[in-house]
Amino acid sequence: MLGFLQRPVVVTADINLNVVALTAVGLLSRLWQLAYPRAVVFDEVYYGQYISFYMKRIFFFDGSGPPFGHMLLALGGYLGGFDGNFLWNRIGAEYSTNVPVWSLRLLPALAGALSVPMAYQIVWELGFSHCAAVGAALLILIENALITQSRLMLLESALIFFNLLAVLSYLKFSNSQKHGPFSPSWWFWLVLTGVACACAVGIKYVGVFTYLLVLGVAAVHAWHLIGDQTLSNVGADVLGRARLAGGSGGQGVRVLCHLLARAVALLVIPVLVYLLFFYVHLLVLCRSGPHDQIMSSAFQASLEGGLARITQGQPLEVAYGSQVTLKNAFGQPVPCWLHSHQSTYPVIYENGRGSSHQQQVTCYPFKDVNNWWIVKDPGRHQLVVNNPPRPVRHGDVVQLVHGMTTRLLNTHDVAAPLSPHSQEVSCYIDYNVSMPAQNLWRLDIVNRESDTDVWKTILSEVRFVHVNTSAILKLSGAPLPDWGFRQLEVVGEQLSRGYHGSTVWSVEEHRYGRSQEQKERELELHSPTQTDVSRNLSFMARFSELQWRMLTVRSDDSEHKYSSTPLDWVMLDTNIAYWLHPRTSAQIHLLGNIVIWASASLATLVYALLFIWYLFRRRRRVCDLPEDCWLRWALAGALCAGGWAVNYVPFFMMEKTLFLYHYLPALTFQILLLPVVLEHISDHLCRSQLQRSLFGALVVAWFASACHVSNTLRPLTYGDRSLSPSELKALRWKDSWDILIRKY
Amino acid sequence: MPPAVGGGLAGSELRPRRGRCGSQAARAVGPDVATEATARSPKRPAPSSRRFEAPGRWALLALVTLMSFATRFHRLDQPPHICWDETHFGKMGSYYINRTFFFDVHPPLGKMLIGLAGHLSGYDGTFLFQKPGDEYEHHSYLGMRGFCAFLGALLIPFAYLTVLELSQSLPAALLTAALLTFDTGCLTLSQYILLDPILMFFIMAAMLSMVKYNSCANRPFSAPWWLWLSLTGVNLAGALGVKFVGLFIILQVGWNTVSDLWHLFGDLSLSMVTVGKHLTARILCLIVLPLALYTATYAVHFMVLNRSGPGDGFFSSAFQARLSGNNLHNASIPEHLAYGSVITVKSARMAVGYLHSHGHLYPEGIGARQQQVTTYLHKDYNNLWIIKKHNTNSDPLDPSLPVEFVRHGDVIRLEHKETSRNLHSHYHEAPLTRKHYQVTGYGINGTGDSNDFWRIEVVNRKFGNRIKVLRSRIRLIHLVTGCVLGSSGKVLPKWGWEQLEVTCTPYLKETLNSIWNVEDHINPKLPNISLDVLQPSFPEIMLEAHMVMIRGNNGLKPKDNEFTSKPWHWPINYQGLRFSGINDTDFRVYLLGNPVVWWLNLLSIALYLLSGSIFAVALQRGARLPAEVEGLLWDILLRLCAWSLASFSLAGHVHTLGILSLLLGIAYSFYLFHPLAYGMVGPLAQDPRSPMAGLRWLESWDF
Repeated sequence: MLGFLQRPVVVTADINLNVVALTAVGLLSRLWQLAYPRAVVFDEVYYGQYISFYMKRIFFFDGSGPPFGHMLLALGGYLGGFDGNFLWNRIGAEYSTNVPVWSLRLLPALAGALSVPMAYQIVWELGFSHCAAVGAALLILIENALITQSRLMLLESALIFFNLLAVLSYLKFSNSQKHGPFSPSWWFWLVLTGVACACAVGIKYVGVFTYLLVLGVAAVHAWHLIGDQTLSNVGADVLGRARLAGGSGGQGVRVLCHLLARAVALLVIPVLVYLLFFYVHLLVLCRSGPHDQIMSSAFQASLEGGLARITQGQPLEVAYGSQVTLKNAFGQPVPCWLHSHQSTYPVIYENGRGSSHQQQVTCYPFKDVNNWWIVKDPGRHQLVVNNPPRPVRHGDVVQLVHGMTTRLLNTHDVAAPLSPHSQEVSCYIDYNVSMPAQNLWRLDIVNRESDTDVWKTILSEVRFVHVNTSAILKLSGAPLPDWGFRQLEVVGEQLSRGYHGSTVWSVEEHRYGRSQEQKERELELHSPTQTDVSRNLSFMARFSELQWRMLTVRSDDSEHKYSSTPLDWVMLDTNIAYWLHPRTSAQIHLLGNIVIWASASLATLVYALLFIWYLFRRRRRVCDLPEDCWLRWALAGALCAGGWAVNYVPFFMMEKTLFLYHYLPALTFQILLLPVVLEHISDHLCRSQLQRSLFGALVVAWFASACHVSNTLRPLTYGDRSLSPSELKALRWKDSWDILIRKY
Repeated sequence: MPPAVGGGLAGSELRPRRGRCGSQAARAVGPDVATEATARSPKRPAPSSRRFEAPGRWALLALVTLMSFATRFHRLDQPPHICWDETHFGKMGSYYINRTFFFDVHPPLGKMLIGLAGHLSGYDGTFLFQKPGDEYEHHSYLGMRGFCAFLGALLIPFAYLTVLELSQSLPAALLTAALLTFDTGCLTLSQYILLDPILMFFIMAAMLSMVKYNSCANRPFSAPWWLWLSLTGVNLAGALGVKFVGLFIILQVGWNTVSDLWHLFGDLSLSMVTVGKHLTARILCLIVLPLALYTATYAVHFMVLNRSGPGDGFFSSAFQARLSGNNLHNASIPEHLAYGSVITVKSARMAVGYLHSHGHLYPEGIGARQQQVTTYLHKDYNNLWIIKKHNTNSDPLDPSLPVEFVRHGDVIRLEHKETSRNLHSHYHEAPLTRKHYQVTGYGINGTGDSNDFWRIEVVNRKFGNRIKVLRSRIRLIHLVTGCVLGSSGKVLPKWGWEQLEVTCTPYLKETLNSIWNVEDHINPKLPNISLDVLQPSFPEIMLEAHMVMIRGNNGLKPKDNEFTSKPWHWPINYQGLRFSGINDTDFRVYLLGNPVVWWLNLLSIALYLLSGSIFAVALQRGARLPAEVEGLLWDILLRLCAWSLASFSLAGHVHTLGILSLLLGIAYSFYLFHPLAYGMVGPLAQDPRSPMAGLRWLESWDF
């Protein structure tokens, strides 16, 4: 108990001065003059608006990525005391004094700076020399594109940081596997791997590729573990369960424990962490905002203000006599409500086809008194709600009465105006021609739990199936011509199969009708809704809806002046102008260190060729490398070359607008491979000491040239110095680089 | 083909089993060969009956083939009208018979074979194949349907032999044959003029030959080995030549070949020279031969289709000069552009078409309400434009004036010939590509404003050069805004007649979208030259045809608010497809797999995955499984690879007892569901009076 009194308290710390020094220079390069330029630079204009939303706690919708990245940036704003009041509308706009530029840019810069010592650690953990590890870190340090990207309020540096962290912690974990499984540090690194993966995915979806790579390597290692007959008892005493199981079955149980630990840390924890991001996101953003319309009514009702103000206190169950507005669930091309108005369909359309000349039914994207419908029991005449209310259930046959015109929703075998294969939907006018009313609709609650479910406001998604023709009320989405006031066409569609959002409607506003007389009722329709019930969606429902919308929202593939294709990236055939000083010609570019880019690509090629060569030779039982050396070489390739490939190749299949900065995660992995290949060449391919020395001299010369290039491009990286036109022209090493030269 | 099959069978009694993964190979090879025969012996006929084995097998094969032909050819003539996609593929068969050029997103082999079958069976290509439901009347259509049914029927004996070869188990093979024979989906698909029976035939034939050549592996470079190897190549070419999804069978064969070679390479008893020979043989038979055959189908395709037809506009000007009846064929036109020339302007991007305008305006709310300018794939008078000087409106064709050539860098005005409006652009956003500017037709009788002026530039030329017809790649730069005329390739909505959008793009990057060439050129004041010099070479034609097909495939995307089936619907038999007829009085055919067969198949795949992973883990843990189980494992593995990759054709594998009852059950389910394929009349299945009412197991089936 009192042992600490008998022995002195000793703290032993190993401090690797390499790491300290690298961290220091990393911080210096990334944090130097961080608040300059005090103006909106490139995509800061895009992320900035979301930071403002976070600061004001207003709900926004951004389909480009999960919320963790935005939240990190917002955290910077929060720490700096940003109030969110800045109009993010133009690149180059001066920041007002209330914007804490330094702290907004601090977190990305820290992430960029810490990537430098991490590169050192990764190469070291891969089993290569300190020299190679320092080389890798220095290359990351002087890479201009990485510096530019981390010094601004952008997400790539954080993504790279978590990618590297995932790889590093996996390596630490897998290296501690041999001597201390189930030790605290083993657990720490294992869990950290999962968390880092989740963070990377939470910043950008592309982080999922690194996650899959780590999972793949872990799966291969686990597979070897299963086959490991000699799994020793080392560390088993740490795990009580294994000891308890003991005996003959002990080995199997221990393998199972290993597998379970990995599954929990690498599959379950990332999912939980990912959910946590959304939980915090939805917790913070609790007020309604400009993007509400994209979400379902139920979601909107869960936000403060906005729709919630309208729907607050609505009765939950729709009853006969209820007054409702019906919103289409598809929301394409725009969210809209079922609508009718006095005008009728023209007798003859422009193309010569005829119509029923009955009252138009459309879908209208704005709130309007003509969006109100009354749910009527076909067997009765009254349009008010009984006391107690009689709820409408799944499968009931109802009529829908248009509130302002008291005409009934009808469809019949007449071709719709714009979709001639579907039926026209109208509000029935009895012209005394041989066209009977067909106005009975069967209610089909799509998301019902049982067949006797009650139709609920906002929560129920319903379809209206026409009783006579079994057509379904559907939004075709086509805008009607002038006679239909450009509102959207609504049709009856005969196809019964399949679920499609365009056939599904939900009640958004709802109240129980009280007035028997039409005049009174019109007044009632004009008045705002009241009464009192509140409801809340569960977190999982909100999460799944938000995530689903984020994944399915279609961003219009816009061209951009600086967009590029993946093929342009490998040899740095393109650049992006980020910022230009309003008066002088000081400017910031995303422009890489071309020596590093070219040699990293070359190293990847050399690695691939050497790997194939060794693989074929090994297949013929010619072993050029000792076994452990070969394993190290293969693992380095799997993580570094593999990391490059999984972060690069998928872009060929993406349809969105691509920019040079999308390549930076891949580039980082490629840079890590560079010293690995150099050390391998020096150790295994240089046969004499002379060759080795010559090669070393070459590497030093090459590194010096990389430093020189980095220094030459420095004004474009930091934007701190105004260059003369001739100096700028001299920097345009490739014709495809776009460097801004002012014409005076 | 059957005799050769028999030879392969006899020779494969004791097939050495090759491991699929290096580490397992050593374990699997040793004990396996010896124990396998004994392990299997209970399932084999007793030794006394071995003499009858060969004739017995032949009889079974004949029975299987007979059954398959009987089901496929039963009521082949019904219904005597066009069903579903027959309207496309029958029409394309007719094009071959009439030798008119057309364009389709699939490679030509399938349609060529259909055309050939039609030609041989006396169909003269005069039927129009306008829309599903049209009666064939006196036209002979049975030849084409019969050909497809013949290939579809061969599928079953092929499948039977493949499984027999893989599992060496007659019951399994018979079961496979029964599953396929009694699957209504396969049956329906085989009875009409479609590409699918042809594609399935080639896929299954490739599979069979691959399996056969695998089993010849112990006798490399023997005659059967070469035969099956090259047959594999031939069938691969066939599969790819019918539809591009044939690529998947190529991937499978490729994977098989690579692992095979990897195994040979690791076998130290083989010298590098032998390995090299193996490699060369594979390259010859599986790469060179299929490519040659594939190219040959295109050669035939282009040779047969030598008349101008509906597909001309999809192809470049130079390509069209080959087609007789096309206005570029044997044409002679003036070489250099001059003011007053009437021209058509074609986008350099393939399958975009000609710069076009017509007397309709952009609808309200979409830019300025001026005349639409689009690109249009077909030839039309509305594609004609007149080149005029930007600042004068005098008629340059006045014979008293000298000819003045247009030169690189000139500022011009393009007047639409039919409507006399000028090509115009301004700072309004384009209808679909919001960041570009709108292009319109503007002005009255050629009088507009300065927004009608364009600078004409030839790519990679010096200022002052003349502009050549067809060969010069030109860009049109809008003088006022500095943007470049381009086509975005996006389809306009109905108001634009689903033609493609034309924009003026402010991004000056040189892409094919903004490069154009002059195709037709009429100017009576200039001397004509012959166009024959422009004839493209065969490789260029091939390349172009593929580019156009890829673009066509990309264009086949479903529109908003449309019901389509999703890939996950297919394996679970979620919904079918109406081939013919909707109402209760129509003759209805409904494409739907036999649910018993399909769901059984799903179950067996799940079982396989489960047992496979259990065995794999057990092996990795070092359990010494009996050789029998090990053999079984690799068996199922091979078979499942085969079947799951041979895609939507079906199979199953149940080794144990109950095979007979399973067979009977499948046959009974076929009896229940056969009206789907052979056609039915009477009330719809929703109606309780219908005989099919009890069979509507899923609500999504609407037969």
